[in-house]
Amino acid sequence: MEIIEVNQNNFEKEILKSEKPVLIDFNANWCGPCRMLKPILEEIAKENDSVKIASINIDDEEDLADEYGVSSIPCLVFVKEGKEVKRSIGLQPKEAIEEMIGE
Amino acid sequence: MYDAIIIGAGPAGLTAAIYARRAEKKVLVLEAKSYGGQIINTLDIENYPAEEHISGFDFATKLYNQAKNLGAEIVFEKAVEIKDFKSYKEVITPRNTYQTKTIILATGSENRKLNIEKEEELIGKGISYCATCDGAFYKKKRVAVVGGGNTALEDALYLSNLVDTVYLIHRRDSFRGEEATLNQLKEKENVQMILNSNVVALNATDRLKSIEVEDLEGNKQTIEVDGLFVAVGRIPENENFRQIIQLDSAGYIEAGEDCHTNVEGIYAAGDNRVKEVRQLVTAASDGAIAATEAIKYINNHQED
Repeated sequence: MEIIEVNQNNFEKEILKSEKPVLIDFNANWCGPCRMLKPILEEIAKENDSVKIASINIDDEEDLADEYGVSSIPCLVFVKEGKEVKRSIGLQPKEAIEEMIGE
Repeated sequence: MYDAIIIGAGPAGLTAAIYARRAEKKVLVLEAKSYGGQIINTLDIENYPAEEHISGFDFATKLYNQAKNLGAEIVFEKAVEIKDFKSYKEVITPRNTYQTKTIILATGSENRKLNIEKEEELIGKGISYCATCDGAFYKKKRVAVVGGGNTALEDALYLSNLVDTVYLIHRRDSFRGEEATLNQLKEKENVQMILNSNVVALNATDRLKSIEVEDLEGNKQTIEVDGLFVAVGRIPENENFRQIIQLDSAGYIEAGEDCHTNVEGIYAAGDNRVKEVRQLVTAASDGAIAATEAIKYINNHQED
């Protein structure tokens, strides 16, 4: 699966009402570690059909970042049935992310 | 059997890989997290020769591709132990044991913590170790920076352009950081310096609300802040090698400009080594020296 860009308009549909669990990647273009994380997430997205991976740009979507209390990026939030179950901050190796989403 | 295993894919390690590959040695680079090292947090590098401006991410990616295209194997595993059997060495990761003729330790360093209560649990909830990464979340808010070196001064300057107020807290009466940055800071109306003082406690509900600051006479004050940026230096990541590699009291590898450690065939390159100047260009320089020394060692021991 591809990484889905999420904004205020599709947030409810893609995250809150998603049938699959969602791993949200809060990121920004100027954030080096976020850019390092992106290819890792792309790989996981490709290899994995049971989890949806969503990208939220914190500069464009300040309200969504606020809603999740994000104050450090990269920040990964794992959401099941609309509710946050796990969170990690900072660049993570692939294994740690796979563990987070329960592979 | 590898000719050289390089532990750490930052500027020192990847430069070493480039030199070793150009000498046609069989090279494995082990990296615990992600290539690039701490330079990926730098927005704009302005002091690397021939690059007037380049982002840390772009620099790291170019360096990584260069090493990879030259044929270095780069594997994402953490080296947890190294062993010396004289004629060869072993590097152990949670998944594998690798054999090699030489090892280059280029593990770099990690952020030093304040080691006060609640610090760990408030990371990402008000506590940060990277102003350029997290500053944007504190627009028009009040923040404190703790530290006295270049990073602390640069962080304070960067934040002063974003936030409402910056408190710069330092345990001494003068700063170690560059005069030019300090002078720029002194011109900023929204930067308040609190010298001869330490941050002794963090007050939080779900996120950081205020900090307790104590001066040398023991006077305490509470300062309301939304963020605390910790810039009190770095700690070398050498603990896994302590059993065979000599470290100084601060944990840096006792290796001189030739990058030789106390063990023959094991070299140290970059920020994890005892040295005066820790810069991108000196890390790259160490990588070149360590690789050259390793190549010499391999060629001298070929008949073994």
